[in-house]
Amino acid sequence: MNNKLNIQAWCSVQNGMVICNGKEIITVDNKQTFSASAKQVYKDQHWEYPKFFKMDRLSKLTFLTAEILMNEVTISSEEKESLAVVLSNKSASLDTDRKYQDSINSIENFYPSPAVFVFTLPNIGMGEVCIRHKIQGENAFFAFDDFNPLFLKQYAESLTQNNKAKQVLCGWTEIDEKGYNSFLYLASPNGTLPHTEESIKKLYTPS
Amino acid sequence: MQKPVYIQEASLITPLGFSVSENVSAIEKEQSGIQEQHCTDILDTPFYAAMIASEKIDAAFEKLGDPSKFMKLEKMMLLSVAETVEKSKLHISEKTALIIATTKGSIDALDPDNSFSEERAYLPVLGKKIQSFFGFKEEPIVVSNACVSGILAVAVAKRLIQNNVCENAVVVAGDLVSKFTVTGFNTFQALSDGPCKPYSKYRNGISIGEAAASVVVSSEKNKNTIIEVVGDGSCNDANHISGPSRTGEGLLKSIQSAMKEAKISANNIDLISAHGTATIYNDEMEAIAFNRANLQQVPLHSLKGYYGHTLGASGLVEAIVGFEAMKQNKLFTSLGYDESGTSKPLNIIQKVENCTVNTFLKTASGFGGSNAAVLFKKVAFEQ
Repeated sequence: MNNKLNIQAWCSVQNGMVICNGKEIITVDNKQTFSASAKQVYKDQHWEYPKFFKMDRLSKLTFLTAEILMNEVTISSEEKESLAVVLSNKSASLDTDRKYQDSINSIENFYPSPAVFVFTLPNIGMGEVCIRHKIQGENAFFAFDDFNPLFLKQYAESLTQNNKAKQVLCGWTEIDEKGYNSFLYLASPNGTLPHTEESIKKLYTPS
Repeated sequence: MQKPVYIQEASLITPLGFSVSENVSAIEKEQSGIQEQHCTDILDTPFYAAMIASEKIDAAFEKLGDPSKFMKLEKMMLLSVAETVEKSKLHISEKTALIIATTKGSIDALDPDNSFSEERAYLPVLGKKIQSFFGFKEEPIVVSNACVSGILAVAVAKRLIQNNVCENAVVVAGDLVSKFTVTGFNTFQALSDGPCKPYSKYRNGISIGEAAASVVVSSEKNKNTIIEVVGDGSCNDANHISGPSRTGEGLLKSIQSAMKEAKISANNIDLISAHGTATIYNDEMEAIAFNRANLQQVPLHSLKGYYGHTLGASGLVEAIVGFEAMKQNKLFTSLGYDESGTSKPLNIIQKVENCTVNTFLKTASGFGGSNAAVLFKKVAFEQ
């Protein structure tokens, strides 16, 4: 059985730079807010998906990284349907959790909103990507102290070895008070770059 | 052919008791942990929830350490893991994984009235507390995938063991009743006006609960091992971030994936412990998915009527009760059910019955379109 995975494509968003397969897609002013940057990418890419603007910051980051990556690869709708998605970060949804917490802290200023509460889960952005691309494969969201290339490799391989998926969209999508960064890659039998801890790490690390 | 993976030991910390036997005996007597709560620090109006008194946790925790040094969820998880590790006589090695499942972790650390640092709300920080307490060698793996986390974590453990990432794993799941989650579900108008009533015509929302649970998952059997994890699946609906799919697509796919792997057909499943949150849309979605999977005749319960919805803990808490159903060959009542309230039929368990339970399916569904299904089978004993 040949379930050997390669890294077919990848996309990272770091320090305002959006890079896909080594190619710079757009660089945004890192001093502006994340939401302004996300809007700039949306316009630059000519997306027509107004739901994007209803998302919280983590979901926007997850969505835009996945969107650029998925637009760069040739993948059929059947392949998308069974695609697995394995994402991770450090802060889960704390970025939006804080916003929700602020809305319930005092009786005088009590304004909890279902539209905010629904985003207080780290896997919602993954759900948005699945809706956008009709992905009904395996899903899992993990939290680690730091980017964990070895675990991503091991878990993606366990999914293909156990016949749960042929291709896996993997990565890290983190946003917190200190800043944001994301890195997604498509592990698949296609492509030539071997799916090793070293190559995942190398692609993630900004040059 | 993947190697077999077993459940060795389990423990429960819930409003029904701090041992599996206390929990099961309460369920057998159809006693619920859900009560009307008057906690104005959580919600200004009374609400129904299954909660554990902090004093009770602190008293139990004295044997492990200073209760003032740990947050409530940390103590619940530590108590659970301590018991599971002790019972299984687990030797924690480099090949032992620690897998933690939670929807919101110690989210109460964000509350300004809480004396702990906000850092404790970070899931990797919760992970490190448990890791260092017991001396796990490897970095903990935290699964935070909404309300499927607890049962998904069992699938993660199985997959990692089968692919030689680890030899065994301690899986611990837990979530709290907090101001954060109660006010949140309240803004969704998803809270029931009485103890929740899964699958009933009169259901009108969830009751929230809190619990911690843990199991040892291993490639090895010990003398008490009777349960094998034989199949799993966790598929997305790709439909809506908060509303359940109208077609039950992701749940159906998860169940089919688990059944295919286990080579078990619908008529060979003896018991389903479903998610059954008692919201209108969730229970309806499940009824559709189970019918599409041809499982409408299989005896089924939701345990939310006993525990409330314990979020990320629920899948593991309810699976552990299912293991007891397998051990005792007994079907436990789906508390709160009266008249059918789904458009498709289900075989809801309405009284405690003796019945051979050799195969058991646990399912869960959650926000983000997430679903999970894990199939368990009784180990054939070599005489």
